[in-house]
Amino acid sequence: MVNLFKHAKACTTAFAVAAASFMTAGHATAADDTITIGYAVALTGPNATGAGISTVPNYRLWVDQVNGEGGIEMPDGSRKMIEVVEYDDRSSNEDLVRAIERLASQDKVDLILPPWGTGANLAIAPLMARFGYPQLAVTAVTDKAPEFAARWDRSFWMLGGGHDYATGLVDVLAQARDAGTINNKIAAVSVADGFGIDLIKGARPAFEEAGFELVYDESYPLGTSDFAAIMSEAQASGADSFVAFSYPPGSFGMTKTAQAMGFNPKVFYISVGGAFPIYPGIADGKADGVMAIGGVDGTSDSVKAYFDAHTAFVGNPPDSWASAVTFASLEMLEQAIGRVGLDHGDLAAELSNGTFDTVIGQVKLEDNQLRDLWTVGQWQNGAFVGVGPADKTGAAAPVIPKPEW
Amino acid sequence: MFVTILILGLVLGGTYALLALGLTLQYGIARIMNLAYGELTLAAAFVLVALMQGFGISPLLTVALIGPVGYVVGSLLYTVMMKPLVARSSGGKLDVDSILATFGLLFLIQGVLLLVFGPNFTSISYLDKGVTIFGVTVALNRLIALGICVVVGGALVIALATTRWGLALRAVAQTPTSAPLVGLDVNKVARQGFALGTALAATAGATVAMYQTFSASGGVVFTMKALVIVIMGGVGNVGGALAAGLLLGLVETFVATAIDPGLTLAATFAIFLLVLLFRPQGLFGKA
Repeated sequence: MVNLFKHAKACTTAFAVAAASFMTAGHATAADDTITIGYAVALTGPNATGAGISTVPNYRLWVDQVNGEGGIEMPDGSRKMIEVVEYDDRSSNEDLVRAIERLASQDKVDLILPPWGTGANLAIAPLMARFGYPQLAVTAVTDKAPEFAARWDRSFWMLGGGHDYATGLVDVLAQARDAGTINNKIAAVSVADGFGIDLIKGARPAFEEAGFELVYDESYPLGTSDFAAIMSEAQASGADSFVAFSYPPGSFGMTKTAQAMGFNPKVFYISVGGAFPIYPGIADGKADGVMAIGGVDGTSDSVKAYFDAHTAFVGNPPDSWASAVTFASLEMLEQAIGRVGLDHGDLAAELSNGTFDTVIGQVKLEDNQLRDLWTVGQWQNGAFVGVGPADKTGAAAPVIPKPEW
Repeated sequence: MFVTILILGLVLGGTYALLALGLTLQYGIARIMNLAYGELTLAAAFVLVALMQGFGISPLLTVALIGPVGYVVGSLLYTVMMKPLVARSSGGKLDVDSILATFGLLFLIQGVLLLVFGPNFTSISYLDKGVTIFGVTVALNRLIALGICVVVGGALVIALATTRWGLALRAVAQTPTSAPLVGLDVNKVARQGFALGTALAATAGATVAMYQTFSASGGVVFTMKALVIVIMGGVGNVGGALAAGLLLGLVETFVATAIDPGLTLAATFAIFLLVLLFRPQGLFGKA
């Protein structure tokens, strides 16, 4: 018991010292010729994978680029270098909220960048609103974005909701069906977790409305690693289109299983992970024709330049869904600061009403949301390009049927 | 339909059983509940991918060679980290101490993996060919996992039951306090058991890398699955772990095909709960 107590005491002391050193580090950065930007993201734990693909590399790339140009330009034409305060939330929302509290009240950073993930962004939204910081929530997919934007007027929601992606997919499939390329049967599977549930809920009525028949519609638990049974049922269903509302491990697993068993539906759609740069490797070089959530304008020079810069800085290309939007949100922030300075109220108003030139083109938010989004993309000639909505600038024509594996 | 369930289930079960063999040895013989088990399997998986992508070494060669490497690592781990715990423990204290120590080891290995290999999902494409058995197509790499599991597991069962070395291992597993009375070096046997368990963890991890997507933070999933199988099969019971793994694979495939894929996890834990309630010593353990 004595031992235990001693140990606990040593721990608290160590923690206090660590916390104190963090604080001084924070204070030391608050100089006049710099802007301090803080963020807390998952560098460890289960969310580290997602954050490590879409969020952290883009934050670091942006800071590197801006500081390389001499800093952020202020309204008076002067430039301020960015100082970063980075915390690891260890994939825990409790740690995340504590870190945001510390960034705001102890480090007193000028701006706070959002964490990765829908849940994490929702967890900090009330706190960000209380401290008055604008919150550019990019990696948050939620159908309730309009409500949230109304409740916290300095929050911005930039990746749409499950309903957008589901209806976007149905539109692409309906066109192919009307052209006689595919039959009206759909085999759909979904992961039994927030995102998969949202998408399938949006997709069911949309498929029905478009005259499709869901001949196979099952969900599987998060963490499932074997898809042989599911895929053989889907193959036997007679559907031309296979649709999976899945997370990366599932998306990759289903791709491999489909290849191993020679399952060649005319449409093979997976969700998160399909737009990752490692996907062609996972598909053994046969990714062409696979559809997935997201997309970028394959014809755009700015997208190409961004991909090159990301590859040079990080070592691998970005994913083709949330990464470019994340980077665009940082460019918006930079341009807004250049127009109105660092006052949080003015910044939020500018982000809400202004028009910005970004890597994903000209961006103008509607009711604090980015609505001009790629919903469906497809691997074509080794690149993941946006195919839906079909009327969006730069949209490629979908290739259906998909070439056999 | 029946044949499909049987074959897909056996293949899936084989991959599960292979994962659990090492843990059951480590806990059964060395009495160390290794919570870092999943991280050790992951480390092997990353090594396989690194060797394949960096040096073009065939994954099958890695699978064959990583066992001995795992044995050495496990032996070192036992000598450096576990032996002090064993030396000062008496009664049931080792269980608690080893859980705390390996819980720390879990984060250490995870941190190293994150630093070295990054947080990204990792997946390779190797032997993803379909093989048709009785009209059912299964992936060749999973079939290999089943093969390794049957051969290694079978060899272990036979060795434990018939050889003198197996007898020593079983003696230490059953009554570690009395084993020295008949001239057994408990410490040495426990180290062998732990090292052999690590070797199996490494082999399982390298096999997993051939067919499954993994990331540095996902080790706990492997530990959980292995733990369920170990407890179902009876702690330290190699044959029990094999049977429990295969059973779990069959049940999951049956539920996914005939009832609803959403219920596979529920079915797994329903069986687990029943075993805990009615046969707490495991399906094949002795009371």
